[in-house]
Parts: sequence; structure tokens; C-alpha cells
Amino acid sequence: MRPFEYLRADSAQAAVAAAGAAGAEGATLAATQFIAGGTTLLDLMKLDVMRPKRLIDLNALEAEYHQIRVDAQGLWLGALVRMSAAAGHPRIVQDYPVLAQSLQLAASAQLRNMASLAGNVLQRTRCNYFRDPSYAECNKRSPGSGCAAILGRNRKLAVLGVSEHCIAHYPGDLAQALVALEASVELLGRHGRRSLLLQELHRPPGDTPHVETALGSDELIVGFRVPARAWVRRSLFLKIRDRSSFEFALASAAVALDLAQDVVRQARIALGGVATRPWRAHEAEALLEGQPFDEAQARAAAEAAFASAVTHGDNDFKPELGRRTLVRALLECAALPI
Amino acid sequence: MFTRMDAPVALGARGAAGDAPALALSLIVNGRRERLSVDARVTLLDLLRERLGLTGAKKGCDQGQCGACTVLVGGRRVLSCLTLAAAVREEVTTIEALAGSDGPLHPMQQAFIDHDAFQCGYCTPGQILSAIACVQEGHADSDESIREWMSGNLCRCAAYPQIVAAIRQAREQIARPADGSAA
Repeated sequence: MRPFEYLRADSAQAAVAAAGAAGAEGATLAATQFIAGGTTLLDLMKLDVMRPKRLIDLNALEAEYHQIRVDAQGLWLGALVRMSAAAGHPRIVQDYPVLAQSLQLAASAQLRNMASLAGNVLQRTRCNYFRDPSYAECNKRSPGSGCAAILGRNRKLAVLGVSEHCIAHYPGDLAQALVALEASVELLGRHGRRSLLLQELHRPPGDTPHVETALGSDELIVGFRVPARAWVRRSLFLKIRDRSSFEFALASAAVALDLAQDVVRQARIALGGVATRPWRAHEAEALLEGQPFDEAQARAAAEAAFASAVTHGDNDFKPELGRRTLVRALLECAALPI
Repeated sequence: MFTRMDAPVALGARGAAGDAPALALSLIVNGRRERLSVDARVTLLDLLRERLGLTGAKKGCDQGQCGACTVLVGGRRVLSCLTLAAAVREEVTTIEALAGSDGPLHPMQQAFIDHDAFQCGYCTPGQILSAIACVQEGHADSDESIREWMSGNLCRCAAYPQIVAAIRQAREQIARPADGSAA
């Protein structure tokens, strides 16, 4: 690990002031990095993928960052809430099952005790070419160097939202659950607070795959707001992976349905393991809404969700796995006794 | 503002490596207050093993994937290899604190022996601390639950059935705090 300066922030304002002006390189390549649980950052620093000059420890920040609040309007999840705390929170388990399940199925008990929710949402791809600097080519790690994955081993990589410059997958689970529930993320920067829909936080790779999010390098996630809409209770997270625990998704689906008898009033769907960022499946939602729900309808929605898929050899199996994952998730969600 | 972690050291002072500031730390490990000066890069695992001589926690993968470095911080099981020593704010408990050099073993240690729950033993300190937390969290009620909640501790010798059996035995002898947090 390369040397760095370590500072502990006693206030969020001090943290964002010290992080400096937002640079064009994007938050993920910035010389100053915020650290909470550290489970992504220290891992990537040991691998020499991330080389920050300065770490700002956020763990001492005020209460708002550590709180879970539930009321009639919805849910507030502080940025520094640990995954395990949210996963086991009785009101989240009962009223926002897709959120609790996405967390319970992620990582290991130890990592869930360490990782913050904001850090989890910002976790980096597991693309092996990104994680191994002995490969010179990686547009995400080293802008303009090329992509070794497109013609390389790409079994785990994305089929939705890819570009000719990057096919790295977004590996997390929680972000899909938050996107499906139309959560927003609250940010603090040097020029104050702003809020955006979580689905606008992660950027498509395009021709700048190293700029992964809409965050400025001076911006800090304060927390997440999840509106208490009609679909939150009939929701679930389905994760398909190579082993049954402590593994990233090959394909996942976060689904939430508002049903009236057998008719879908509203559907919210986000897909994971298959896309370059947390993937909102608008086309699939549109096919379901206003229609009686059955398996044929679910299948049609899954076809629509993957209509734009582009594969690269090893990951040719992913569109069909993703479709089946979504069909099963929709069938199970519609059958929930609520 | 900031708490300067290197306050007791003159600003600009460099660590032994000559390239990183030394940080003055004060933390409680196994009930003892420890004060020492470390490079900012030192993980909790390296601090325990290299500076405090507590070699029970093992360095397996050093990437957060194997669980051999599991210790308790504030009663919760964490991976000491992915924890900066400077960021530790609560009491640390390692395998060395579970039993005196001479006295009876902790029920979980005894159960691992009774069920032959290891071969090479390298993963065992991490397994035992994780297992104690698993019971105290209330996640050891069934074999299926034990397997799920112990999935962060790999055993290359594949003693998994014996580990499950050991936890099943020890869970009856370990008190669970009312709030579900580990003690």
C-alpha cells in the first residue's frame, strides 16, 4: 500500500471542504478519498488499483449519518449505517423487504458489520482486469488505455449498458433495491446540499468509464430517502450466483409490485449482475402496467428488459439467465401473501 | 474541524519507512490499554500480530475473502485485514482473550476440540470468534442458519460439518445478550 495522510473529520462540512474542488477526473480517481468501512477502498489500495494521497475518515460524523428513521412518508437511511444494522431492522424487514433481502444476501456477516450503506452503493466493479494492474489495458483504471475484457475472460461482466470502451459490471445488490423503490440520495458538497434520484447517481460508461458517478470529488453522501409508495411491501430481491452464500450476483432482480386483484397497477424493476450500473428496467415495467399478471406477461417483460443486451463470448449466457431470474422474481413477488 | 491523528508527534514527522506520517494510537485490546505509534497504513491485523505479539488472528488472503483474520471490535465480528488500526474506536477482542493460559477453555473452543472441527487449524481462531458472534447474534438456531451466517469463514481442510456440529453444541452454553449484539 502506498503512503497516505490520514485525517479524521469531526464534521461533514470539514470533510467536504478538505476534499477540495471537484475535478474532471471524477470522484473515484480523486487524490483525496473518504473512508467509512473501508472494505472496498483498502482492498483496492492493497491491490494498487487505488492510490489516494489522503484519506478522510468519516466514522465520527454526527448522528444524521448513522440513523435509520421510519415514518409515514418513508425511510431515511444514513450514509454510515452499517449493512447489518439495516438488514436486521424490523421495520425494514417488514415494510421494505427488497431492501432487507438485498443486504442479507450480500457479502459475509463480517463485511456487513463493517461496510456502510453509502460505501456499499459506491462499491467498484469486480472486473478482474480492473482489479489487476498487471494488465495495462483498463479504461476505468487508466483512462484511454483500452479494454482487456472485451476480448478477454468476461463471464461475469455486463451485457446491458455496455460501451465499446468498458463492459465492467456493477457488482452490488443494495443499489438495485433502492433504484427499484425510487429512492433518492442526498449529497453534501462545498456549495451545499442537493438531492438526486439514485438511478441518476451511477453513470453509463460511454467513452469515460473512469467517471463512474455524478458525485463531485468534494461531495459526500448524507443518506438515502425511500418513499413509502404503494409497491414497497410487495417487493423482493432474487439473487442468482455461483455459490449459495458470500458471492456476487451473476444475475439479480429487485422487483416491487402494486397489484389490484390480478392487475398490475404499477411495477418497479431493477436488475443487477448483468449491467454496467444499477439498471432500471423501464421497458419491462411498461409492459406489465395496466395488464393482468401471469407468467406469459412476466416472460414478455423479461424479453423487453434484455432486448438491448450485447454479449462478448463468455457472458453469452447472461441474457437468458437474467430473463429467467426476472420471471421467477416477478412470479414470486406476485404470489406474496400481503 | 479535524482531529489530527498525529498530534503527539511533531507535525511533519515521518514514520520509520521515511515516507508516511506516524500516528499516535490508543486502543483497548483484550482489556488492556495499548498506546503506540504506527504508520497510517497499518491494519488492525498487522498491529495485533507484529506490534502486540497476538498471533492468533491469521493472515490468510489479506483481501477480506477468507475470514481467518476475524476479531471482535465493539463485540461485532469484523475482518482485521480490512480495518485500519487508526480507525478502530472500540475495544478489540482476539482469540487470546477467550481463556487463560491455564484455565478451562471457552465453550466454543472446547466444542471445536470435541468435534474435531479443524485439521490444519489455520482458520480456527477466526472460525471460533465468528462462531461466538454467530451464536450471540441469534443466528445459530438451525444448521442451515449456521452455514449461512458462517459463510465468511473459509476452511481449506473442509471441516465444515464438524464446525456446524461444534457450534450446535456450544450454543447451549453461550449466553445471548437481550439486544442480540455480541458481548
